[in-house]
Parts: sequence; structure tokens; C-alpha cells
Amino acid sequence: MQHGKYRFIAGFLLVPLAVYGIFVISPFVQAIYYSFTNWTGLSGDFRVTGLENYQRLWHDEVFWKAVGHNVLLLLLLPLLTLGLGLFFAFMLNVGGRRRKNAAVAGVRGSGVYKIIYFFPQVLSLAIVALLFQFAYNPNSGAINSFLSAIGLDSVKPDWLGDPKLALWCVTAVMVWSNVGFYVVLFSAGMASIPKDFYEAALLDGANRLQTFFRITLPLLWDTVQTGWVYMGIMALDGFAFIQIMTMGPGGPDYSTELLSYYLYTKAFRDGQAGYATTVGVALLIVTMIFAGIVMKLGRRERLEF
Amino acid sequence: MGSTPEFGRRELIRRAAALGVAAVPAMGLLSACASGGGDDSDNKQVSKGTKSAKNPLAVNEKAALDVVIFDGGFGQQYAKDAEAEYKRAYPSAEVKHSATQDIAPQLQPRFNGGTPPDLIDNSGAKQMDMGTLVGQNQLTDLNALLDAPSVDDPGKKVRDTLRPGVVEMGQFDGDQTWILYYAYTVYGVWYSKTNLAKLDAQYPETWDEMLKVCEAAKKKGIAGWTYAGKYPYYIPFSLYPFIGKIGGVEVLNRIDNLEPNAWKDPAVKAAFEAYYELYRKGYILQGTPGLDHIQSQTAWNEGKALFIPNGSWVENESKKTTPKDFRMAVGAPSSLDKNDKLPFGTLWASGGEPFIVPRHAKNPQGGMELLRIMLGRKSSQNFIKAVSSLTSFNGGTEGLVLPPGLASCQEALDKAGKNVLNPRLQDWYVALEKEKIGVGALGEMMAGRLTPDEAIKKIQKFADDTARDSSVKKYKHK
Repeated sequence: MQHGKYRFIAGFLLVPLAVYGIFVISPFVQAIYYSFTNWTGLSGDFRVTGLENYQRLWHDEVFWKAVGHNVLLLLLLPLLTLGLGLFFAFMLNVGGRRRKNAAVAGVRGSGVYKIIYFFPQVLSLAIVALLFQFAYNPNSGAINSFLSAIGLDSVKPDWLGDPKLALWCVTAVMVWSNVGFYVVLFSAGMASIPKDFYEAALLDGANRLQTFFRITLPLLWDTVQTGWVYMGIMALDGFAFIQIMTMGPGGPDYSTELLSYYLYTKAFRDGQAGYATTVGVALLIVTMIFAGIVMKLGRRERLEF
Repeated sequence: MGSTPEFGRRELIRRAAALGVAAVPAMGLLSACASGGGDDSDNKQVSKGTKSAKNPLAVNEKAALDVVIFDGGFGQQYAKDAEAEYKRAYPSAEVKHSATQDIAPQLQPRFNGGTPPDLIDNSGAKQMDMGTLVGQNQLTDLNALLDAPSVDDPGKKVRDTLRPGVVEMGQFDGDQTWILYYAYTVYGVWYSKTNLAKLDAQYPETWDEMLKVCEAAKKKGIAGWTYAGKYPYYIPFSLYPFIGKIGGVEVLNRIDNLEPNAWKDPAVKAAFEAYYELYRKGYILQGTPGLDHIQSQTAWNEGKALFIPNGSWVENESKKTTPKDFRMAVGAPSSLDKNDKLPFGTLWASGGEPFIVPRHAKNPQGGMELLRIMLGRKSSQNFIKAVSSLTSFNGGTEGLVLPPGLASCQEALDKAGKNVLNPRLQDWYVALEKEKIGVGALGEMMAGRLTPDEAIKKIQKFADDTARDSSVKKYKHK
């Protein structure tokens, strides 16, 4: 019986698995092979160079900088985005003043806010990145113009032009463009939490903070976890933002270099596709570690309701 | 949960998500252009046509021609016009024209597959690395074209109709000419005669005057300089000829040759310190490190800054934002002091828009023939008129009313005479020039985050690293 079930499932999955194998797995395997060659990406001839690329990678300062930035994003981006998303969603659905006939309600005008939060999601990444590039223009951009308008003429940072701020500027845009989606996602999740739980908690004298940590968050955990995975993907990629917004791009002084962008420059600018695939393999390893950690941490008693 | 503990729906989704995480990042994209084929496709080439006075390259009259043009600052119309000429000469040939800014992503797979186009304008931010193309023996030697008679005068070889230095730029280490630069770019300090006149000033011929002009501008709330802070490798357009002027052409050659301590030359330090003084005295437009090339050019057009390091494409590129009475002009680097090795007027001018004919092109003769047409007087004039830039064809400006910027280029070239410099870092070692020296050091120095000494030290290390890097092909000045 158990046996048949596997076969049954495999039967259905045959075609998609084949497609997956051809278009995802086989390029992976090929890419790993190319990472041991000196392929330029410009002609068909290359030779196997063994571990040379990996040795070079090990001593490549820019690569390590990129890894550092990726890891930083991996830690920060989900935390900030999901944290804000949860906060806003909670305020929109539960955080409002108590009204008649309803145990819990969102703040006033929450319906409108929900739509506004979702706006950035409708714009393509390229447009978001471009818009913010204009906003960050230190000379005539929206942010510095605002600073002058309120009399802060003396503190007009170079934003993307300053290595200390550049990565934070990019992170802020990534959070801004993603938070809306999670507000909507978490709102949907919260809507499915039975109202009686809140009612009971409120009767027992719980405040908002307690209801959030004792009721909302635990019951929403699955959704949060999915969000975590997706934000992880965003953090590991980030290519469009770096390519469109940052100085150089990737700078100033490598301060916004990410693995995906480094891979791209090596493959398509410097004609070192072999080395680029080595960077790709490194990116794969980082990704695997991330996936492993998320899966480990995520394993937790499921609450049924 | 229910009756199927091993295959909980959520568990399945979660596992799928895990796989998805592993699959999404960019790794797979590379292999999409996996190698294979393309080893020996010479036999796929079309047969040659009959050689004649009209057809010195023996173009196959019926063979199709495949052209890819970089659709950047110069647009693509000039190429279309030349293709129409080609079509007139070979009516039965079909000309396939395409234009893109994505040169490498679009053409790299075609090189790998052994089916590249016949003529490529390999230009722009996404150009394919020339050194690698040459090193991998992917290009056709253009000497056949250079030795063919020119379109205008059968008694003259194409080679002899070109501006000085153009042919040499297309050669790497042998006698073969791999690249033909079609546009001719004048680099330097760009300014508006009108805006200088408002300050009762003219283009400063010495650095002391430069500082004086900047000081006068500052008093009026105008910045002296701005530059493309997002792409600080625009700074060398005026800085390198400045170094060459101070220390002589050998200094630049040593830098290009990646010689040890080439950057420690006193001329480099003097030039760096002069530029750093612009920052120290507050002559750089506020916020410049965060501007891209268009934003900085626009600020310059608006009169917020007087000077900008740039190349002659700026006139066409900034057309829309340039006021009518701007009177754009280019200046050669000012003299630092009396000990400068080269006189005022010394200029950086060199070829731009590198055209290549791939080795495995189906119709290489056709590709070269189109280049021959483009290097004729008629097409050159057309180019000059359309995009206000000179071409490598030595002439074509006669009888034309040149726009102000271009006219000043012509004047500057006349004044420079033999003192035309041609630093090669930007075409030999792109990564070194753009992201390391440009973004990593010069941009940092001009933003005040590195002192000249620190910048020089950093650049010397970058250069030494490149010299040691066996994956980068090396070149030397002859």
C-alpha cells in the first residue's frame, strides 16, 4: 500500500520532473562542471583547470565582501520586512480601538491603508529602483530637497554615493517595495484566526502586546515562515536594485557588491564565465546553508485550530 | 493531522519551497549559454564574389549581411543609412539590421554557438571584453579592409584616409588589426563659453587660473566642477591627459603597461593633488558623488557647475538639456606649472565605437565592405551631421556648419597637433579601469574619503594585482 502511493505520486510528477530535470538540474550540473574550467563565455574552447578558480575565489577580497553583504541582507531583510509587515497587519486588523459589536478591529481607515501598502508591489522592481535613484539624488532628489525645506541644509548626505550609507539605502528600498505584500499576506492569515480567541484574551485582561505575542504570532507562524523563505530569496538575489541604483554599479568602493552582481560582471563584462560559475557555486552553497537553517528552525509544533 | 502523515500537504509544499529556494538564485542562468559547437565553422562561410574595382574585397553579391549596432549615444540611424548604401551597391543582398544596448547578453550565445553576426558595434556598458575576444581568436583581421582602396579615391588605401592612431588602437600584440574604431572622441574638460563669460573668464590655461575661476564661481554660489559620481571613471577623461601633460607620455605608457610603481610617478601625485584641491576648497558641486552621468551633465547644463570631465559624445547626449546659448566647448588640461613636459593643448583623443568582424561570421567580406562604405566621405559626413561627433575618417567636416561642441573639438585637435595622447587602460583592462581605479579610488578621492597618497597606494595595489592575475590577458605599448 505504502509502496503504491509513491509510485502513484511519481506517475503524476513524471512530466514536471522531466522538465525540472532538463531546465533546472542539468544546468546546475553543467555550471558546476564549468566552474572547474577557464571558459571565457565567448568561444567554445576551454580547458579544465581543476581547483584554480576556487583557489582564486578564496583569495578574492571582492568576493568575500559580496558574501558579507549577502549574509547581512539575509539576516536583516527578512527581519525588517516581516517585522514591519506583521506590525502593520496587526494594526490594520487587530490593533484598533475596540468598537461596538466587534471584539477586535483595525485602526480607522484600515481598508484604505491596505490598498496603499500594496501599491509598491504593483510596480516592477526596475521602476522602483529607478524612482529611488532619483529620490536619492543628493543634488536635486526628493529626500535632500525635503531636508533643505525643513532647514537641514547642512546635513545633506550623498546617500548612494557614500559607502557607509549605500547598502542601507538599497536595503531600505528593498524593504519598502516588499513590505506591502506581507501586510496583505499576514492580513489574510490574521483574518482566519477565530475572533473568539481575541475575545477570550481580552476578557482575561490581555493587552495588545500580549495578544500579539500569545495569539497572533503563534497562529500565523506558518505564513511567517513562508515569508521568511521568500525574503531570503530576495536577499540572495537583489541584482536589479544593485544594477540599477548603485554607484559603479556595485559601489562606491564595493560597498554594495552582491554575489549575483559580481557573478554577472565576471561573466558578461570580463569574459570569465568559468570563474563566474565558481561564484555561482558559492552562491548555491550559501543558499543551501540558508535553506537548511530555515528548515531546521521552522520545525515546530503545529497548532491546530 | 489526518491520515497521511508522510505526505501532509503543507509538508509537501514546504519541501517544494525548499527546493525552490535552492533553484531561484541566478546560478542557472549562466549555463543557458552553455558552450558547444562553434569549433570549426569556417566551412559555413559564404563563397567569395568576384573581385573588381568596385568590389575590391570580393563580396558575394547575393549573400545576406547581418549587422548588430550598439544603440547608445550615437543611435543607429547612421548605420541604417550606410546599409542603404550597401544595398544600392549589392541590390540582391539582404541586410539584416538589429540594434541593442545589450551587446554581450545577446551576442555571447551566438559566439558560443558559432553563428555570430558579420559586423558588430561592440560598444557600451555591456560590451564584450575585447582582450578575451582577441585572445580566443574570435575576430577577423581587418588589414584586408585597410589595404583596400577607399570608396572615394581608388588610388588611396582606406588605411591612409584614417585619423592618426586609429589603426594602432585596433591592434593588440601583432600586426593584425582586430578592431576598427569608427567614432573619433575628444576627451577633456568640457565647459560653456557663455557661463564662463558671465564670470568675465575664459578657459583657464593654467591650474592657478583654474582655481581662481572656481573661487570666483564659488562666490556666486556656482560650483567649479562636477562629474559622473556614479561612474567615476569619467574623471580620467581629463585627469589622464593632465598626468601625461605634466610627466610626458612615458608616464601614461608605464601605467598602461602595468609596470611596478608606475603610479608612484611624481606627475601622478601632482595631478592627483591638484584635483584633490578642488574637493578641499569646496569647488565640487554638492552631491556630485551621488550623481550619474546624465544627472551631472544636466546640472552642468543648468549652470550649477562650470567644468565637467567628459568625451565628445556629451554634445549629442545632453542635447535636450543644453540651453540654446550654452556654447559648449572642450578644453585641454590646464598647465600645472612651467615644468610640464608637454605644452598646453595636449589632448586625449582616440577612437570610440569599436567595430569588429567575427572570425566565424558567415559573410566577413560583407561586414568589411559595410565598414569601407561607412569610412567613406559621404557616410562620415552623414554621421558628423546626425550625431555631432567626428569619425575616424580624416575629414568630412569641410563645408559643414558644425555645432559648437564639435567645432571646438576640431579646434582643439588642430591646436594639439602631434600632442595627442591615448591612454589605453579603459580598453585593455576594463575591470581595473572602471571598477577598481574609477569607483574604488578616484571616486573615493574626489568625494574626500581618500587622500591623494592613499588613492595612489590603492591604485598601485590594484594595478599590481591585475599584473599578477593570470586570467587577464596583458598588453604592452610598442
